[in-house]
Amino acid sequence: MNIQTLLKKPVVKPLIALLLMCIIMTFLSENFATSDNMFNVLRQTSVNLCISVGMTLVILTGGIDLSVGSVLALTGAVAAGLTRDGIELTSIDTFVGFTFWGGCFAALLLGGLLGGFNGFLVTHFRVPAFVATLGTMTIARGLTMLYTGGFPITKLGHGFEVMGTGWFLGVPMPVWIALVIILFFAFYMSKTRTGRYIYAIGGNEKASLLSGIRTGKVIFLVYTIAGVLSAVAGLLVTARLDSAQPNAGTGYELDAIAAVVIGGASLSGGKGSIWGTVVGALIIGVLNNSLVLLNVSPFWQQVIKGLVILLAVIMDRYSNRK
Amino acid sequence: MSQPFLEARNITKRFPGVLALDHVNLRVMAGKVCALVGENGAGKSTLMNILAGVYPDYEGEVLVDGVVQHFQSVTDAQQQGIAIIHQELNVIPYLNIAENIFLGREPLNAFHLIDKRRMHREAKQLLQRLHCDIDTHTLMIDLRVGQQQIVEIAKALSLQAKVLIMDEPTSSLSEGETILLFDLIRELKKQGVGIIYISHKMDEVKQLADYVTVMRDGKFIEEVPMAETTIDDIVSKMVGRDKKDFFIKQQHEHGDIVFETRGLCLKDAIHPDKYILSNINLQVRAGEVLGIYGLMGAGRTELFETIFGLYPKETSGDIWVSGKKAEISHPEDAVKCGMALIPEDRKTAGLVLDMNVCHNTTLASLSDCLKMGLLDQGKEEKTAEDYRQRLDIKSYSLEQLAGQLSGGNQQKIVLAKWLLTNPKVIFLDEPTRGIDILAKNEIYKHMDELAAQGMALIVVSSELPEIMAVSDRIITLREGEIGAEFLREQFTEAAILKAALPRE
Repeated sequence: MNIQTLLKKPVVKPLIALLLMCIIMTFLSENFATSDNMFNVLRQTSVNLCISVGMTLVILTGGIDLSVGSVLALTGAVAAGLTRDGIELTSIDTFVGFTFWGGCFAALLLGGLLGGFNGFLVTHFRVPAFVATLGTMTIARGLTMLYTGGFPITKLGHGFEVMGTGWFLGVPMPVWIALVIILFFAFYMSKTRTGRYIYAIGGNEKASLLSGIRTGKVIFLVYTIAGVLSAVAGLLVTARLDSAQPNAGTGYELDAIAAVVIGGASLSGGKGSIWGTVVGALIIGVLNNSLVLLNVSPFWQQVIKGLVILLAVIMDRYSNRK
Repeated sequence: MSQPFLEARNITKRFPGVLALDHVNLRVMAGKVCALVGENGAGKSTLMNILAGVYPDYEGEVLVDGVVQHFQSVTDAQQQGIAIIHQELNVIPYLNIAENIFLGREPLNAFHLIDKRRMHREAKQLLQRLHCDIDTHTLMIDLRVGQQQIVEIAKALSLQAKVLIMDEPTSSLSEGETILLFDLIRELKKQGVGIIYISHKMDEVKQLADYVTVMRDGKFIEEVPMAETTIDDIVSKMVGRDKKDFFIKQQHEHGDIVFETRGLCLKDAIHPDKYILSNINLQVRAGEVLGIYGLMGAGRTELFETIFGLYPKETSGDIWVSGKKAEISHPEDAVKCGMALIPEDRKTAGLVLDMNVCHNTTLASLSDCLKMGLLDQGKEEKTAEDYRQRLDIKSYSLEQLAGQLSGGNQQKIVLAKWLLTNPKVIFLDEPTRGIDILAKNEIYKHMDELAAQGMALIVVSSELPEIMAVSDRIITLREGEIGAEFLREQFTEAAILKAALPRE
């Protein structure tokens, strides 16, 4: 592969941007290029990475998932609550206890159900993805409040402590989890039929349908995956804080969408990649970290982040037109 | 004849690779109806779009009242008094009649707000001119199509239109509405409006037209007063052409019946008492090419999509493939039964334009490119490359995006995609639309080879010479029903066209 075809790869442009950011920051702040800070960035980004991978699949089909942040909160709270308190069924006088793994499994299952609900709305009732997932976002947030009573669930025990703050082979646990998800889905997208179908459906749903692809099933699956990955992110957030916050994950859908778009994906579907999204999420992570290191006020941080997202999209539009 | 109000002289229009109009003439007199007739693809719509200012670049002259005009936009044309009412009406459903008529030109009051009272008063006057008294506050969505059309005509009148172009205006009207429309057209004539009336329905042309202009293959054939001609004469001029540079079909042995439909019906999803297709019985044998000819709106594309399982809820009747009853509720079932569909529009239904040649080629047969459940890139590329060479698909590599290829090469990718599924029966919907003569002949040859290999082919085309060249047998489809059947030795253009024209 020569330089020119390499430069044409969509992941290259954001990657260059990421490297430039890192180089500039190395000069601006002596604390940036330390291994502590690098792991810090990676650990903070791991949550967004999990969500963005799911978001990538959804956006590749031409959809969008606004419910990821609320699903994160609800699944995190349910995992925390089940592990700590279990379920007490007073009517039949039974107590069901959950181990750490049981709680995690229940959270993933719940995430899948909520994602599947999105998928069902989109494929069966043909509700536009934006509206369907907006509804689910509100429902899931409400359920989180109901479940937690509006208070954090804290003191979660050893399992969450290891997942949130543990290290393995010199790398923080959340980073391992994100890495496994990234590798799995990068493989999934390039090596399985369903992965190919996801691209095809986003590129042209009608042509895919007429080629004998069960487009409805694939779209349903994609939203389910996004729900499960939001639940993974929910576990990571809960574990990291050793507490499930009822308002956790607010606005996370926007960071995820931003990561996917900065990574070169098209919001109309069919174009994008897992690796592009990974770079996009890292750009947002490094940006957040840099603005903190440079003592930029949190209010300005939001303004700058918004501008970066817009810039990325405008540049993408501009280069596509040519 | 007196001086025409609107005249097109020697109009030539080229699209990439196609000569759509070749020195065409048209004259419209004030207060007369000029019927413009020709087969699908004769260039009528292109000419109308030039007269209405939609296509600003063309060769030749357009004269209004004897003065050369070159319309740059629809507004230009409107200012010169030329308005068009398209076959598909352009109405805004949730605005009322008055708001639709004055859209973009709302009368304003002293505060620069919309002067609603004046708007409704003027709208009412316009409707009265058309002998119609519907409340101008009615939303467009609540009107029947015929009434919507009257509103469109009122809009044209509000633009002081002196020439009104009507493209197949009766295609979605009931009989009663059609009679009303004809009265209206006669009324407009009295008011001095010149009308270009495009229709496939010869009885309408006979009733309305003062003179007829015939077009064929983008060329002007003749202009003749209705009183001096007959319908048969017009039809023969619409189709009469020399049979040059057409490919010669080979004769093959026909085998057993491969594909059959029995009593296939498709209900209208919105009006369940209406049928888009009714009682379609088809039989095709191995090695046979069945042509289906019908005009626009006859249900051609719907027929294929119904067979392919796109409308399972609205479909009734049986489909048999190779002597077995096929249960088809999704295109996947159709593909598994050995059917392949080359759709009418490559870009919106045939290809994923942003995917490369290789991935498009293997899209319908990915299960053959697996190794231990995973995609085998080597195998996939080998298969795609094999078909790229066999069908002579011209792309610089397998990596090139399908959207960057020419129409003919795109169509070959669609064909390759389906050949990889080893189909028993291939449905081709307008297989050569928008591709050049050379590529057309290539596609015909491929079709011939496939028939020789024992596949059954069903071809829909709106181009008579094409369908006559490739088919062993032709049936006509009109208004969702099978009209007539012709064996190859019975093929004549006039007879087939006549059988496809809608009944009165």
